[in-house]
Amino acid sequence: MRKTITTALAAVLLAAVTACGGGSGGSAGNSSDDTITMGFAQVGAESGWRTANTKSIQESAKSAGIELKFSDAQQKQENQLKAIRSYIQQKVDVIAFSPVVETGWDTVLLEAQRAKIPVILTDRAIDSDDTSLYKTFLGSDFIDEGKKAGKWLVENSDGPVNVVELQGTTGAAPAIDRKEGFEAETKSNPDIKIVASQTGDFTRSGGKQVMEAFLKSQPDIDVVYAHNDDMGLGAIEAIKAAGKKPGTDIKIITVDAVKDGMTALANGEINFIVECNPLLGPQLMDLAKKVVAGEEVPERVVTEETTFTQEQAKAALPDRKY
Amino acid sequence: MTRSRLLWPLLALVALLLLNLVFTPSFFALRIQDGHLFGSLVDILRNGAPTLLIALGMTLVIATRGIDLSVGAVAAIAGAVTCTHIATTGDAIGGMALALGLCAVLGLWNGFLVSVIGIQPIIATLVLMTAGRGMAMLVTEGQIVTVNNDVFAKVGAGFLVLPIAILISLAVLAGVALLTRRTALGMLIEAVGVNPEASRLAGVRSRTIIWTVYVFSALCAGVAGLMIASNVNAADANNAGLWIEMDAILAVVIGGTSLAGGRYSLTGTLIGALVIQTLTTTVYTIGVPPETTLVFKAAVVIVVCLLQAPRLTRTFRVPVPQKAGA
Repeated sequence: MRKTITTALAAVLLAAVTACGGGSGGSAGNSSDDTITMGFAQVGAESGWRTANTKSIQESAKSAGIELKFSDAQQKQENQLKAIRSYIQQKVDVIAFSPVVETGWDTVLLEAQRAKIPVILTDRAIDSDDTSLYKTFLGSDFIDEGKKAGKWLVENSDGPVNVVELQGTTGAAPAIDRKEGFEAETKSNPDIKIVASQTGDFTRSGGKQVMEAFLKSQPDIDVVYAHNDDMGLGAIEAIKAAGKKPGTDIKIITVDAVKDGMTALANGEINFIVECNPLLGPQLMDLAKKVVAGEEVPERVVTEETTFTQEQAKAALPDRKY
Repeated sequence: MTRSRLLWPLLALVALLLLNLVFTPSFFALRIQDGHLFGSLVDILRNGAPTLLIALGMTLVIATRGIDLSVGAVAAIAGAVTCTHIATTGDAIGGMALALGLCAVLGLWNGFLVSVIGIQPIIATLVLMTAGRGMAMLVTEGQIVTVNNDVFAKVGAGFLVLPIAILISLAVLAGVALLTRRTALGMLIEAVGVNPEASRLAGVRSRTIIWTVYVFSALCAGVAGLMIASNVNAADANNAGLWIEMDAILAVVIGGTSLAGGRYSLTGTLIGALVIQTLTTTVYTIGVPPETTLVFKAAVVIVVCLLQAPRLTRTFRVPVPQKAGA
C-alpha cells in the first residue's frame, strides 16, 4: 500500500516538475467482458470549446453504455503520454485521445498496438508516417476552417488591410492548420497583410496580453484573426481598454462558435465566426463500438460545420447548446 | 552585499527595456486614455501585479527555508469561487470576501502540514497544487464562468490613474517591508530559515511564524487570483495562475533571495517580478516567433542567474575584501 502511494506521488511529482514521461502509477486491469471500456485522454479544459467537447463525450459514453476512463492532461504532452500508458496497463478496450501537439506519439502508439488496443484520434491529428498506428481520425478540418475565415476577409475587405493573428498553442494542429488555411486563402489578395502573429495559448488572458502588446507595437491594425473565441474575447477587452471599438474600429474573426463567442458576435463585437463543432461524443461512441467489434471504419471522419455572421448569430443563439 | 546582488537583475531589466526601445521607438510613450495612463509600461505593471503579489508571499515562505507550490491552484480557486458567487448572486464584495476567507483556510492547511505535521514544504504544498486545481474545476463545473460586474472588474482591469492591481501589490509590498524590516519580525523569519530548532530554543516561536507565512502566501495568491479573473472578467479554473508558482519562485530567485532560506530581499523580488513580466511583453512587442519564445526566455534567465552566481561575480568584479561565510 505504502509503495503504491509512494509510486503515485513520485508520478505526480514527475508530472509537475520535470518533463519526462514513463510513470507507472496505474493499477492492474479490471475490464469485464461485456461492456466496452474506453480510455480517453483529453487535452485539458483550456477553453469553453474544450469543456463542451468533454461534456459531450462523457454524456454520450453514458448513454451508449460505454465505461469511460477520463483523464485531463492540462495541455501537457507528458501527462497525456502517461495517461495513455496507464490505459494500456489497465487493458482498456479502446483508447481515444485529442493529441496536445502533433508529434512525438509513435512510441506510445506502438505500445498500444502491441497490446492490441485500437486507438481513435479525436479533434486533432498527429504527424506520423505510420497511419496504421490509429484506426481512424474523427474531427474537424482545421485547414478548411482557416480558409473559411480567410475567404470571408477577402470578400469583406477593400483597400489595404493589416491583420494581427492570435495563434493557438504552439505546435498544436489547430494552430498550425488554421494559420496555414488562412494564409493560403488571403495570399490571393496582396492588400491583406499579416503584420504580427503571436501565440495566446487559446486562453482569454493570453489573447488579452498579446493584443495589448500588438496595440502598442503596431500603429495600424484593421483586423484581428484569433484561432479561437476565447482569445478573441480577450482581444476585445484589450481593444476596449485602448479606447477603440471592437467590431467597428478593429474587425475580429474567430473560430469555434462557443456561447460567449456567439454572444459577442450577436452584440456586434466580433464580426465573423467559423464554427468548430465540439459535440463529437455520439460519433465517437459509434466508431468505438465498430472498432472494438472489428468492423472496418473510414480513416478520416469529418464533423459537420458551418460559419456565422452577426445576423446568423442572433438567430442561432437561443438554440445553442454550448 | 545586497546592493551588489541587485545590480545584475536591475541591469537586466534596463537592458530589456532598452531592447524594446530599439525595436519599438514608441515603447516608453505614455498617454492619458479615458482618464488613466495608457502604454506598454503600464501594461507591464498591470500584468506583472499578480506575479509580484504571489512572489511577495513566496519570498517570506522561502526565507523560512520553505516553498509554496500551491499558489497557482489557490489563485484559481479564488477566481472560481468569486466568479461563481457573482454569477449566482451578483454580489462582488461578498464573493471576494468568501474567496479570501477560503484562501486563508487553505493557507492554514499548508502551514499545518509543514509546521505541525513536519512534512517537507515541497511535498506538503504539492498536495494542494494538484488537488487545488481540481477543487477549482469542481466549483466552476469545468466551465469558464463569465461575469459582468463593474466592482469586480476594477480589481484587475480598473485604474486610479495607475492600474489598481499594481497599486494593491505595491501597497502589500510597502506593508510587508514596514512590518518585517521596521520590527524584529523579518529577523525572526530569517532566524527560523537559518535553523528552526535553534531559534525555537532561543525563544522564537518558530511554529507560529512558519504557519503565518503560509497563510500570508495563500492570501497573496488569493488576491492575485482575483486580479487574474477580474482582468478577463472570467474564471478559467484550468488556466488561471497556471505555472505562476514557477514565475514567482523565479522572481524571488532573480531577486537574490536564497532558496536555502535565512535571507531575503523584498526589493529584489520586486525587480525579479518586473524582469519576468517585461520579458513576456518583450516577446510580444519585438515579435519573437512563438516557436522560439521559450528559448529566448530561458536564455535571458540563464544569463541573469549566471551573472548572480558568486563565483562568476568574483571573477568579473574588482575584488572587494570580504569575509567568507561559515
